[in-house]
Amino acid sequence: MQATASESPRTPGIVRLLRRARPGDVLFRVVITFFGASVLVLAALMLWQLAFESRESISAFGWGFLTGTRWDPVSRTFGAAPAIYGTLVSSAIAVVLAVPVSLGAAIYLSEMAPPWLRHPASFLVESLAAIPSVVFGLWGIYVLVPWIRSPVERVLGDHLGFLPLFTGPPFGVGMLAAGAILAIMILPIITAIARDSLLAVPSSQREAMLALGATKWEMISRAVLQYCRSGLVGAVLLGLGRALGETMAVTMVIGKTYDINTSLFAPASTAASQIASEFSEASFSLYTSALMELALILLGITLLVNVAARLLVWRIARSPEAIRE
Amino acid sequence: MRTEKARHSGRFRRGLFGLIALTLAASIAAFLLSACGGSGGSSSTPTVSGQSPTAQATKTTAQSPCPPSGAANALTGAGASFPYPLYSKWTAQFDKQCGIQINYQPVGSGAGISQITAKTVDFGASDGIMTDDQVAAAEAAGGPILHVPMTSGAVAIIANLPGIQQGQLKLTPDVLADIYLKKITKWNDSRIAAVNSGLSLPSTDIAVVHRSDGSGTTFIFTNYLSKVSQEWKDKVGNATTVQWPGDIGGEKNDGVAQQVKQTPGAIGYVELAYAIQNNLSWASLQNKSGKYVEPSLEATTAASTGVTIPDDTKVMITDSTNPSAYPIVGFTWILAYVNQPDRAKGESLVYYLWWSIHDGQQYSSDLLYAPLPTDVVKKAEAEIKSISYQGQPLLQLP
Repeated sequence: MQATASESPRTPGIVRLLRRARPGDVLFRVVITFFGASVLVLAALMLWQLAFESRESISAFGWGFLTGTRWDPVSRTFGAAPAIYGTLVSSAIAVVLAVPVSLGAAIYLSEMAPPWLRHPASFLVESLAAIPSVVFGLWGIYVLVPWIRSPVERVLGDHLGFLPLFTGPPFGVGMLAAGAILAIMILPIITAIARDSLLAVPSSQREAMLALGATKWEMISRAVLQYCRSGLVGAVLLGLGRALGETMAVTMVIGKTYDINTSLFAPASTAASQIASEFSEASFSLYTSALMELALILLGITLLVNVAARLLVWRIARSPEAIRE
Repeated sequence: MRTEKARHSGRFRRGLFGLIALTLAASIAAFLLSACGGSGGSSSTPTVSGQSPTAQATKTTAQSPCPPSGAANALTGAGASFPYPLYSKWTAQFDKQCGIQINYQPVGSGAGISQITAKTVDFGASDGIMTDDQVAAAEAAGGPILHVPMTSGAVAIIANLPGIQQGQLKLTPDVLADIYLKKITKWNDSRIAAVNSGLSLPSTDIAVVHRSDGSGTTFIFTNYLSKVSQEWKDKVGNATTVQWPGDIGGEKNDGVAQQVKQTPGAIGYVELAYAIQNNLSWASLQNKSGKYVEPSLEATTAASTGVTIPDDTKVMITDSTNPSAYPIVGFTWILAYVNQPDRAKGESLVYYLWWSIHDGQQYSSDLLYAPLPTDVVKKAEAEIKSISYQGQPLLQLP
């Protein structure tokens, strides 16, 4: 798109374009610009709408909404602290449980697996991500929760009951069940991205390490993992982003209560599950508004995590050595 | 690695075979797993027990008239999900009889109230009475609004106590309230034992299960607890979601039922229809007259029989004075403006409502809803007759 000499550089681009381009080009450009802009406009509208709808709750509770521990529609008192706490802790459990497994799976797939297994196994891991979350939720209620109640919580309670994390009656549902189901749900995304990061490590790195007489373990830990650190961190953060916003499966196994409890056995609530299960019966405007503000907070948390993930993934993708095989 | 390029296609083909083999293996494994889970999980197949329809309310002979020509042939409504199975049966039957299509969306009572207030639907539906604020908002939008009762539902108390048969466990109102307040925490508590002399109750902890989603069932249940326990009223109160003193939330009826089924010593509450369909083990509750009553359609209808109902029917009939009534019962209403903004739609609406409270009632029992007793139907008739367009009543009976 070079300007011809006859045109002053100050002529607006669109005018220049109209002067010499074919109508098809103009139409194409306008349509594509519209589509591109619409995504941004949608996001902005959503943010504005959430902020606008939550103004009643914001003016009623102010910053106290973030620290308030009571969520009581009867007395019209709303505080988001239990939901924020539940969201962060359940996602943290998910990451702690999922990261070793998915990094191990990613290393296996990129470094150790026989070639004939790599593609089908990767495909299967990725297709885990396509399972609807309500299916995970049902599986959670019928299979995971009874299993967590006994043996997992019984054994943990018997042997580690002195820790405040593992006290209280083993209900099965609760923070631990929510974290476990989230871990399973974020496994595929972390595995897939971590595997791509590992594959982006040039073979020369591996060859150089092996040439120095390193074992396979030394090669993987010193050369490969070191090399794609930031990509792996990005993978974990994207998984975390998914865990923070996951709704249906968590709603079905978290056993909602509004208490902040140090025990992982105790029922809890997350922002997303609270919105999903209460919105349709929220019977007065302050209630709806408080749920909207909860959504706004959740959006803020996930946005932060996603921006961090994007920056890190972007960094590895742009690093000059990272040439795909 | 580049030297292997020639072999790439061969490897790809082998990869494809591997993929197919793995997928097959995985799906077979998944199938086997699901088959095992299925046989273990669905031990209680839905068995509709033979509840005989109550004779007092069903008028199968009288056929209500269809609206006159010129009435709208489509209506939309939205609200409570609890009566949805009944409403969809009604709308299908009414369509067959009168050729009017009614699209009802079970979006929840709260959303139904918002939609009728915003006038995006022709009628709303709710399991709870509109609050004063909500009534004020609706009146500002469309003038006086009616609550027309359609059917009533009951809330069954279910418990997981091995060896104890359906209806054997007896609970008094204050014991139930104190269990939900977490003041009674063991099944062998002396206050439970005092009213269950024949039963051997275990020393297990009581795990209290409640609905995690906002629901009309919770509204009726907490309304009952607020009536029978001052402490409940002061500490917790009555709403579609409350700050529960105890234990576990389950999503919807089946979430609560699953939780109770899986946890020994658990107690929970579900809609009667759900409890009957799934043959859950419920408790007998002591009603206001001191009698222990099991939940049933008859005992549900009895709750609004022979008791004083105000003309606007805006009353929670929990803790009924009728000696044969089950105490945790509530109406579900259709919400409609007295002054209809559109003549054609208003006509269809009043004839549909009239049909529902007469012809419609015969379908209630089969779908496990309690039919309205005659005196409530009378009140509803008066309400429907008052619906008008520009001051003229819309219902013209022959």
